[in-house]
Amino acid sequence: MLYAILCYNDEDTVGSWTKEQDAAVMTKLAVVQDKLAKQGRLGPVARLLPTTAATTLRKDDPPLVLDGPYAETKEQLLGFYLVDCKNLDEALDVARDLGAANPGGAYEIRPVGMFNPGSVEP
Amino acid sequence: MTDTAWIDAALTSARPQAVGALLRYFRNLDTAEEAFQNACLRALKSWPQNGPPRDPAAWLIMVGRNVAIDDIRRSRKQEALPEDAAISDLDDAEERLAERLDGSHYRDDILRLLFICCHPDLPATQQIALALRIVSGLSVKQIARAFLVSEAAMEQRITRAKARVADANVPFETPGAVERTERLSAVAAMIYLIFNEGYSASGDTAEIRSPLCEEAIRLARLLLRLFQSEPEIMGLTALLLLQHARSAARFDADGAVILLDDQDRSLWNKSLIAEGLALIDKAMRHRRSGPYQVQAAIAALHARAEKPEETDWTQIDLLYGALEIMQPSPVVTLNRAVAVSKVRGPQAALEMIEPLEQRLSNYFHFFGVRGAFLMQLGRNDEARTAFDRAIALANTSAEAAHIRMHLDRLQRDSQPRGKKAGK
Repeated sequence: MLYAILCYNDEDTVGSWTKEQDAAVMTKLAVVQDKLAKQGRLGPVARLLPTTAATTLRKDDPPLVLDGPYAETKEQLLGFYLVDCKNLDEALDVARDLGAANPGGAYEIRPVGMFNPGSVEP
Repeated sequence: MTDTAWIDAALTSARPQAVGALLRYFRNLDTAEEAFQNACLRALKSWPQNGPPRDPAAWLIMVGRNVAIDDIRRSRKQEALPEDAAISDLDDAEERLAERLDGSHYRDDILRLLFICCHPDLPATQQIALALRIVSGLSVKQIARAFLVSEAAMEQRITRAKARVADANVPFETPGAVERTERLSAVAAMIYLIFNEGYSASGDTAEIRSPLCEEAIRLARLLLRLFQSEPEIMGLTALLLLQHARSAARFDADGAVILLDDQDRSLWNKSLIAEGLALIDKAMRHRRSGPYQVQAAIAALHARAEKPEETDWTQIDLLYGALEIMQPSPVVTLNRAVAVSKVRGPQAALEMIEPLEQRLSNYFHFFGVRGAFLMQLGRNDEARTAFDRAIALANTSAEAAHIRMHLDRLQRDSQPRGKKAGK
């Protein structure tokens, strides 16, 4: 079974870390990731850019593009895609296509800052 | 990360919201700051034992408010009563809960706190110092260090600025849409000033002053989180990120300036660039252009070029053209001329800047750029005159050293021909 582990924390606080503090956390995480990678169990790892870089597509008819992250709490996170796009417009086009195939809810579009594709084979 | 480091980061990040809210209650900057300090002291005692609260800002506001009210009540018994109007909403029992649940105030609280520092009577350096002290919570010592002045001088500067601000009577009501927009643009300009204060440092002080750039970026991100749909705030944040991304490549080991074309682009910070590009991309979708967005778009074109020769100078020329219309200034035209020299050659660029001489007669970069164009045209004597002038106007030793390098090259170039074409 593949498990997704989703990372939550207070962005203001994480954003207030000094470069050194941030690097120290990343180094500690890398130790855990290396262990998993050696066991062939590590899938893709991503660090998302801050929510200020987020855009949300509400899957209304027609779809509505809003600045900022997905803010409401009555829906739940059900899945995610990683798509290679030239720019935000291209990413929004993909999200619109997906939305047409499965209306209702919303997509939050967040650029990925750090990405490690991993090597797990389910 | 140790517990105390986590607490430090939490206190720093909660500060603008907490001081902003305390200022709304007490309507006095000193009282608000003191209340926040007291709340921080209690946090340092309580959080390691009881664990961090779910919402650190709300905790600090509540505790800060209670401590300050206790102090006021205690002093009431000893002294004459303070004016009731100086303390607002004190007896609202629902307030604690409301504060935790209702974040709608907090946008305007933070904006007000930032806006207070932008008082038009304050010179730019005082605005910056005040914002770093009040909003960012840097110590006077840290600020003095970044400004390269003594602690006593900085203390005095901040005290004076605070007194000026206290007299200003910034209204505490929730601002209307027009007022909010005005505040936002004043605050954006101030954040840009903070950044420039750090960015314009010379090589030997760049390290000491780079915290100013980082703080400006933090404030810009904060502002953007509060005003998520403002393309100019996206542009401002993108601009700062893209400029700061190059910081490791801007100076050589001796602290001399390395121009964009000569920088080692592998030293550019890729994650800052990625964030900057994502933000400018997002801003452009709004089709409401503005000076920060245009400047960020120019920085983005540089950031996208893996090698200098891949730079899209034609597009940069067009963007500077747009900026000239939005913000006419001889400095913008001078920058545009550099792009023009790449697209249409140094002659066209030189013609473009000649009319600026009178207005830029005391501007180091004017003579540096002019000398460079003349040198490209092989007009070495005139180039030398321009460079001499630039050296006389240089603001930092790094600037002077850079021009001297050009002069040395002119000297070398003229030697193989065996004669010195001097005056």
